[in-house]
Amino acid sequence: MAALLELVHISKRFGGVVVADDVSVSVEPGEAIGVLGPNGAGKTTLFGMISGDVRPDSGEVHFAGHVVNRLDSAARCRLGIGRTYQIPKPFERMSVFENVLVAAQQGAQTRGPESHQSAISTLERSGLLDKANRSAGSLGLLDRKRLELARTLATRPKLLLLDEVAGGLTDPEMHELVAVVRAIRDEGTAVVWIEHVVRALVGAVERLLCLSGGTFIADGEPRAVLESPAVREVYLGTEELAIEGSV
Amino acid sequence: MTWLNAVIQGILIGGFYALFACGLSLLFGVMGIINLAHGDFAVIAGYVAVILVPQTHLPMVFGFLVVVPIFALGGYILQRTIFQAALNRGDPLTILLVTFGLSIITENALLQAFSSNGQSLNIGNLITDSINPSNVISISDISLVVLIVAVVVLGGLQLMLSRTATGRTIRAVADDREAAELVGINYRHVFGIAAAIALATVALAGLASGMITEFAPTSGTNNLLFAFEAVVIGGIGSLWGTLVGGIVLGVAQQIGAQINPAYQILAGHLVFLAVLAFRSRGLFAVREAA
Repeated sequence: MAALLELVHISKRFGGVVVADDVSVSVEPGEAIGVLGPNGAGKTTLFGMISGDVRPDSGEVHFAGHVVNRLDSAARCRLGIGRTYQIPKPFERMSVFENVLVAAQQGAQTRGPESHQSAISTLERSGLLDKANRSAGSLGLLDRKRLELARTLATRPKLLLLDEVAGGLTDPEMHELVAVVRAIRDEGTAVVWIEHVVRALVGAVERLLCLSGGTFIADGEPRAVLESPAVREVYLGTEELAIEGSV
Repeated sequence: MTWLNAVIQGILIGGFYALFACGLSLLFGVMGIINLAHGDFAVIAGYVAVILVPQTHLPMVFGFLVVVPIFALGGYILQRTIFQAALNRGDPLTILLVTFGLSIITENALLQAFSSNGQSLNIGNLITDSINPSNVISISDISLVVLIVAVVVLGGLQLMLSRTATGRTIRAVADDREAAELVGINYRHVFGIAAAIALATVALAGLASGMITEFAPTSGTNNLLFAFEAVVIGGIGSLWGTLVGGIVLGVAQQIGAQINPAYQILAGHLVFLAVLAFRSRGLFAVREAA
């Protein structure tokens, strides 16, 4: 089966800092991948190059059979690349429902009753239906993260890029969100998930990548990656890899 | 009774100010563009009407049927070319200077083409017809029409923004452009639509000004000042606020004129300053979420 997403020899530097050094990787349809890496390793920039916020200096981004280098993020969204931000960016002056509705209408190109249905069911699965009429600006952190996820889901992505969904949440809150992500994965949507909270990742992905210094230093089955010497070395002296109480 | 008449005249002229300010409010609210050429665009609308409308054999009152579509299309093109190029520089000063330049170019080109003489749009008896409920109160028909148009246009736009799919994309882009792109919205196109709507309302305001009073190549600047005051009094981001802002400004000016004809403009500025001092976000500011 052809890969859904393929990065081909991607390089990117900001001034003297190399954030992607000849990176090649592919994601199969329906695959769930976790991405680890210390701060500044280039994880978010990598997402930016996939979603269209950041232009690579060289290399190609292939998605669903198209070379998407020249497409802006809006066009990539309509092709099926959905992305959440680490710090949620809701449309604060719109209601929660409208936030999701506009995504269903523009991203998934639905119209009329279909778009309303789609918005309602997306809110329901994200646990926001009871807050549908509240202003998005009035939401707390957990609900903002839920909305960020719901709004992206409403665009009906084939590939979901999640940037630090679990950070800043309490354990029960995190479990709730992880359950939503698992359900999405189980429906066949490919997921690439950047996360510092490793125990959130481990149960939800079947493959783990570790990015450091602009290259992947490990790629494989989650436990094996976590135990590999290269990854251990990067995280030496930090507690970020603690996976006790894994989900 | 003369005071009541002052208030009524203020409300009538306030409708015109609001119609004028609507496009300014929209361009700033959606794209963050402060359009210093706004008043000059309205003057262009007047001259376009003078030239084109007689050729269609329509009465001048229906001139908007000709001028508004031209301005809407022109607004879209202007946004997608010059304004977008200026916005792409990323420095808010660039777009401000671009609109300032457009204002100067427009005024001088109009002076060259039409001389500095004032013109007005000939609407026949409508200009003198009025409703006179008492011997001191006189409501000019055309001013009443302009007020009604202002209420319909601003109200209609507010409804469009809050209820329609297109309106929602405009609000989404105004709220957070990056997030809007991420849900599949082509923000450049949305900017173009917002500019088309803004310029359509500018055309209406320009025609109204030509029918109520007269216009000359340099009259844009004065109108721009009143439009700014209406937007700031009403509160940025709310079209209902802009309508109220225009009316507050108009009433203040007329009451000032009632006290002493020399105080007309001064009274408007004083109310504007008072709002800035005591309610700097405007009377109807859209509450920013915490």
